[in-house]
Amino acid sequence: MAEQTPESVTPVTFNLDGRDVTAKKGDMLIAAAEQAGTYIPRFCYHPRMKPVGVCRMCLVEVDTGRGPTLQPACFIEASDNMTVVTDSDKVKKAQDGVLEFLLANHPLDCPVCDKGGECPLQDQTLAHGPGETRFVEEKRHFAKPIALSELVLLDRERCIQCSRCTRFADEVAGEALIEFAGRGEHVEVAAFPEEPFSSYFSGNTVQICPVGALTATPYRFAARPWDLEQVESTCTGCAVGCRVAVQSSSGRLTRLLGIDADPVNHSWLCDKGRFGFEGVNGPEEGNDDLDIVDPRRRISEPLVRKGGELVAVSWGEALSTTAELLRDATKSGPEGVGAIGGAQLTNEGAFAWATLFKGVLGTDSMDAQLDDGLDARHVLGLPRATMNEAAEACTVILLSGDLREELPVLFLRLRESARDAKSSVIDLGPRASALSDLAAVRLPSRPGDAHLIARSLGGDASAVTQLNGHPEGRTFTDDDLARARHLIGEDGTGVVIVLGRTSIAEDASFVESAARELHANLPNATFLPTLRRGNVMGALEMGLAPGILPGRTSLEAPSPQLRESWPLVPGKAGRGTAEQLRALAEGSQNALVLLGADPLIDVNDASLVARALHGSAPIIAVTGNGSPVLAHAQVILPASISYERPGTTTNIEGRVSRLGQKMVAPGLAWPDWMIAAELAREFSYDMNVSVVGDVTDQIARVAPSFAGLDAALFDSARARDGVVAGSGGSLAVVPALIDPMATPGMTSADEFGLGSFAGVVANEADEQTTSPATGSTLSGATLGSVAAPEVPAPDNYSLRLVATRTLYDMGSTVSSSPSLQALTPNAVVMANPYDLDRLGVKTGDRVRLRTETTTLNLSVEADTGVIRGTVALNVNVPVEGSEVHGNAVASLLDSTALVTDVRLESL
Amino acid sequence: MSAFSPEMRTRAEQLVAVYPQRRSALIPLCHLAQEQEGYLTEALMIEIAELTGVTPAEVRGTVTFYDMLHTEPVGRYVVSVCTNIACLLAGGQEMLEHAEGKLGIRAGGTTQDGRFTIEEAECLADCDIAPCVQVNSRFVRTTTTDALDSLIDELSSGDRSDIPPHGTLIRVQRSVGLVADPKEVEAQRTKVRLADSKASS
Amino acid sequence: MSVTDAPKIVTQRRHYDDSFTQERFLATGGYDGARKALKMTPPEVCAQVDAASLLGRGGAGFPAGRKWSMLRKADLAYLVINGDESEPATFKDHLLLESDPHQLIEGAIIASFALQVNQAFIYVRGEFALGLERVQQAVNDAYAYGALGNDIFGSGFSLDLVVHPGAGAYICGEETSLIESLEGKRGFPRIKPPFFPAAIGLYGEPTVVNNVETISNLPWIISNGGDAFAALGETPSTGTRLFALAGHVKNPGVFEIEMVKNTFRDLIFDPSLGGGLSRGGSLKAFIPGGVSAPWLYEEHLDIPLGQKQVDDAGSMLGSGSIVVMDSNTCMVRAAWRITKFFSKESCGQCTPCREGSGWLERVLYRLEHGEGRIEDLDLLLDLCDNISPGLAWPPQQTTICVLGPSIPSSIHSAISRFRDEFLTHIKEGACPHG
Ligand SMILES: Cc1cc2nc3c(=O)[nH]c(=O)nc-3n(C[C@H](O)[C@H](O)[C@H](O)COP(=O)(O)O)c2cc1C
Ligand code: SF4
Ligand code: FES
Repeated sequence: MAEQTPESVTPVTFNLDGRDVTAKKGDMLIAAAEQAGTYIPRFCYHPRMKPVGVCRMCLVEVDTGRGPTLQPACFIEASDNMTVVTDSDKVKKAQDGVLEFLLANHPLDCPVCDKGGECPLQDQTLAHGPGETRFVEEKRHFAKPIALSELVLLDRERCIQCSRCTRFADEVAGEALIEFAGRGEHVEVAAFPEEPFSSYFSGNTVQICPVGALTATPYRFAARPWDLEQVESTCTGCAVGCRVAVQSSSGRLTRLLGIDADPVNHSWLCDKGRFGFEGVNGPEEGNDDLDIVDPRRRISEPLVRKGGELVAVSWGEALSTTAELLRDATKSGPEGVGAIGGAQLTNEGAFAWATLFKGVLGTDSMDAQLDDGLDARHVLGLPRATMNEAAEACTVILLSGDLREELPVLFLRLRESARDAKSSVIDLGPRASALSDLAAVRLPSRPGDAHLIARSLGGDASAVTQLNGHPEGRTFTDDDLARARHLIGEDGTGVVIVLGRTSIAEDASFVESAARELHANLPNATFLPTLRRGNVMGALEMGLAPGILPGRTSLEAPSPQLRESWPLVPGKAGRGTAEQLRALAEGSQNALVLLGADPLIDVNDASLVARALHGSAPIIAVTGNGSPVLAHAQVILPASISYERPGTTTNIEGRVSRLGQKMVAPGLAWPDWMIAAELAREFSYDMNVSVVGDVTDQIARVAPSFAGLDAALFDSARARDGVVAGSGGSLAVVPALIDPMATPGMTSADEFGLGSFAGVVANEADEQTTSPATGSTLSGATLGSVAAPEVPAPDNYSLRLVATRTLYDMGSTVSSSPSLQALTPNAVVMANPYDLDRLGVKTGDRVRLRTETTTLNLSVEADTGVIRGTVALNVNVPVEGSEVHGNAVASLLDSTALVTDVRLESL
Repeated sequence: MSAFSPEMRTRAEQLVAVYPQRRSALIPLCHLAQEQEGYLTEALMIEIAELTGVTPAEVRGTVTFYDMLHTEPVGRYVVSVCTNIACLLAGGQEMLEHAEGKLGIRAGGTTQDGRFTIEEAECLADCDIAPCVQVNSRFVRTTTTDALDSLIDELSSGDRSDIPPHGTLIRVQRSVGLVADPKEVEAQRTKVRLADSKASS
Repeated sequence: MSVTDAPKIVTQRRHYDDSFTQERFLATGGYDGARKALKMTPPEVCAQVDAASLLGRGGAGFPAGRKWSMLRKADLAYLVINGDESEPATFKDHLLLESDPHQLIEGAIIASFALQVNQAFIYVRGEFALGLERVQQAVNDAYAYGALGNDIFGSGFSLDLVVHPGAGAYICGEETSLIESLEGKRGFPRIKPPFFPAAIGLYGEPTVVNNVETISNLPWIISNGGDAFAALGETPSTGTRLFALAGHVKNPGVFEIEMVKNTFRDLIFDPSLGGGLSRGGSLKAFIPGGVSAPWLYEEHLDIPLGQKQVDDAGSMLGSGSIVVMDSNTCMVRAAWRITKFFSKESCGQCTPCREGSGWLERVLYRLEHGEGRIEDLDLLLDLCDNISPGLAWPPQQTTICVLGPSIPSSIHSAISRFRDEFLTHIKEGACPHG
């Protein structure tokens, strides 16, 4: 919850239906009355958007001293000495009148309407509407549903012109791809013929449509509301961790709705999170006929390769085979094995696997990031900001990839505050992003430059001189720099640095060095890491990275409780992803465990991956869906995935929240923690856990940053929406009422006995339970000051590559969900028009990208958002006509290179 | 490639420059587009969107709000007959029906040869010469069905050079610009833009 | 009673064939008022307009001086002149735009100087092709003459004036919708509060919106003094006013006559003005201030043409247009056509206006075509009541702008006064007037 400024809490007192009630100054009557227990009917009003007062359903009598008049409660601020009447005959007649007008032209197709049963219009009509229609005229007719995009359909006859969807697109998402067309009775929602409503956020319009006008193709007619069952959970599509209501019918997931969690997603979801559930359902039939490399296939039984073929075996056999392989591999030392992945695990799964590897086998070679993230000690050690703090910061420094592509709902949150000029954004990204338009200053960093820009911000003139030395000159003016410095202030108070990888084709050390620089110069600034994959933060918190142990502690300084609980602690730091792959290629690592990751898709150095997989080391994959790497696996252990397993997850801000289980995992799949626990038994270690809550409790006991976050907490209402960061650990409980008009179709939480859990921020509970001895050992101070490496400017014929990510990629969520997969774009090179002119190519041309070792043929597009001297290219998307299967762009990248320079040649 | 002809593109840019905020030029640009093509093609709407900094959907949203802007082709001559109250009292409805009969199309329709479109108009503000008829937004002041017939005949045979083809609205262009110090004007406009970008979004 | 002898203020040049040219304008005292104003201080100019008690001529009749005084203090402010004239049977601004565009520009200079505004717009109805051309030509001439642009007449005051064409939407006459339209958007009226564009208007800046006729009065007021203007008519309805007379009268047209001192009877029947009914018969009803106004009848003919006087009679002077309907008029048809207009022109934001207007129109169409039911009369009135609770005048509203509550005026008037005519339609299954 927002820190409240004194003005915004000044109460006002007004008279509501004869009683005096108080409200926050600035609250609209509709919200103030609701707070006081009086619900005023509405259609166009949505609590997360600006009111427009067009449907007129919320008319009430308001008297400010000049006599009562009918006013829309959604557009009148509550003020002192106001008299408001919501239940007079006059109000009732006006509201009934509006309802009757809305119904006049509304089709009577409730029985076949997707919204039937959960439709606010239907509900209002049943509650207050006229029994019989007085409208005997011919109703308005429109051709039946039209597609606004691949995902959203519009039935214009049902539309009540509330403008929620068009306002969402313009105001919240910032892309007015749908807008009203026509006038008066003929007003309809429309996309431009050649430009469909292809927004990453389109599903939200379906969620907030108060009638059945907008429907989503993935769940159209999938279920009737009364067959639906619902559980609350957290989306692990990315590391924002949006709160979701997960609904299913007849054993299949049918729909996800965003819960209005104030600290997190404000009820919004991105389409990837909303529609990505198809991969959980798997194919409706014929699952086992799908090839093991097909991401749509669900893995439902343990498989062991025998004579070249994968054969279904019992869990017992699978576990003993796995243990055998691991034992073999560690004969000459624990570093013989390593694990890659873990971002798909629950916190509990991550902890159990860390226990097995680090505490039982004694190897430190675990890495939940796939060589495209940031050093875990930076992520865990730098002072952290919450999303609300970032959204309310005076100044936000963006040193990250395009958030709309990587962490979509974080983008919405930051966009809102930049849009309303609540915070000023300083954008250091190498390429204009969806937030750049709203940025106060842009100081674009070229690959290899981030640390120099950070030093420039700190006032280091030599860094500015160094940037001047680039053949294309500096990317910003003295004025820009002065403005940015002014916005940052002296010590970084009120500054949040949004920190992530600006390019995958650039070594992480530049951004990390920039972060250290910023931290040193701005001691009061806080950081919000933008690591992207589902529960990557939970995996890091649980120690799935070289050199660290659960609870933000380092290998050198484990918590006493951990030392007591684990049989051993690795003696030396292990390998990260690229190092493990190299060791596998060279034969110095003898086995690889894949925790839900697929290097063929996720690792951006194709030749390294190829070399690693062609070695003889066995690969053991723990996974829930098919994927290309499984063709190389010796053992496949089926794990339950999202919405099939209870437990907890951790988001970018460190918020730990509950995962709800709605589905039963197929066949013999087990929860991730259980697989590790059972394997540990094979090594004679009993983790002493029988249900997931036992693991949660163990984490709370041994991981300092999770102190106090035990299973009982997550079962209680204390972990509800409304935890105030910085409240000294006291968990404020603000029960969130579900407004059926804000998100029609969301079942009231109470029916299931669960509150709207939005989770707690790790560390927030520290004060209650943590004793200093068990404290985290990672901090900004332990980062040291390693200088960033120097890179020379590219030669005159080369352009420096900025490798970026896109939301719809070839990752498992998208490729296992047919609706989304259809939206994955092909790779296109983007370059500044100036460079294209220079090279004599134009948008649409085919070009060859050449590095010293590879070439790739692609289409090119001019983009002024790409700075001169660089080209931008999305990783992990298909390349049209490419021979390479999988992540073709990765063939250009070399994990040992500091930066990647490419030549662009016209074909 | 511009959907506007080079000359029109220049005029379009001049129009954009006249306003403190470029979106304000949207409707004038639509008139310009109609002067060129008779209606708003998708390509022109996309170009207007670029010129005014909005999405094509927003351009179309605005266009479809206004009666004079067309997203489908209309005739070279748009004959508008007012049937609103003052004209109704003077036989406007009958005049409209007469025109429909004469051209063999219903209001809202266009003759096959693409020459005429008939529109039923709301009050055109020339109520003393009723029923009021306009061709391409020019008051033609034909108040009898006979006069209307001969007008249509004249238009058909090309005798009415005083009435430019549909779309050409203002033949007088702004020829003299602001004499004020351009820097001062620019500074003022920047201020609005800043204030606006804060207020409007 | 005979028509009073007052000076022609805004139509003084009307009788010249070349009244719209700069030559004629300059030869007939053009820019005298502006030159005089530019030598005064802005507050002095405002004081003259206050003294004149100039009521807005766009429809609401709000005093211009008061509106100006509400302009929020800010670095930037705008003047927007409303020439969208689309209220049915209103055609006086059309006359002014075509016959005396320079007078309007002079008024714009005076108003802009008084308000210290450097950017003004004239929003001209798109269907006025000739008017647009004349005003644009006049603006070009004025720039060349030094009356617009930088340092006007050496006064140090600068003004840029942009002629902006509309594109055909009645609602854009409503001032906040006009602003949206001028911003390149759909013409959706803005919700209140803020109640006046003077607080937040064009581009979010304080803006004064005045009607063409209102602004055209300024040159005379400054030249002759606010008191001279106030001496005409009777406070608060001072000066002369343009009345657009249409319908069943012998001489329809625009007449500039003194306010209050003349009556509806003078306007409709005086030989120098309306000249009486065109087809004989008797007067059945007249609509006094645009079709948004409730109708008046025979017994109201002697009401003086003053704002307050007409308000007191339960209607309004509005846009100053009068539609005369004689005894041969079908009132069901009249009410239907007016309702059809509102239905077509509703912007579509507010449910009661959007849906109500269409519903009412369909019911009236049925009635007029002989397919009415007796219960339709109560239905019509009840739907009207749901748009404008109580059906009172001035109206209460359930909508954002006053287009909504304008819809019931004609229906309520027609049913209240001519119920029998509706019943005949129902009983005979056809319109008795054919
Ligand atoms: C539906 C509607 C239509 C209007 N149309 C016009 C119009 O065409 N011309 C006009 O000057 N004012 C019109 N107005 C009044 C304007 O909102 C505004 O009050 C007026 O332009 C102010 O100018 P004034 O103060 O000089 O009268 C209309 C108002 C409404 C509610
Ligand atoms: S009352 Fe009618 S015209 Fe006015 S804003 Fe509402 S819908 Fe639009
Ligand atoms: S007008 Fe208030 S909720 Fe729609």
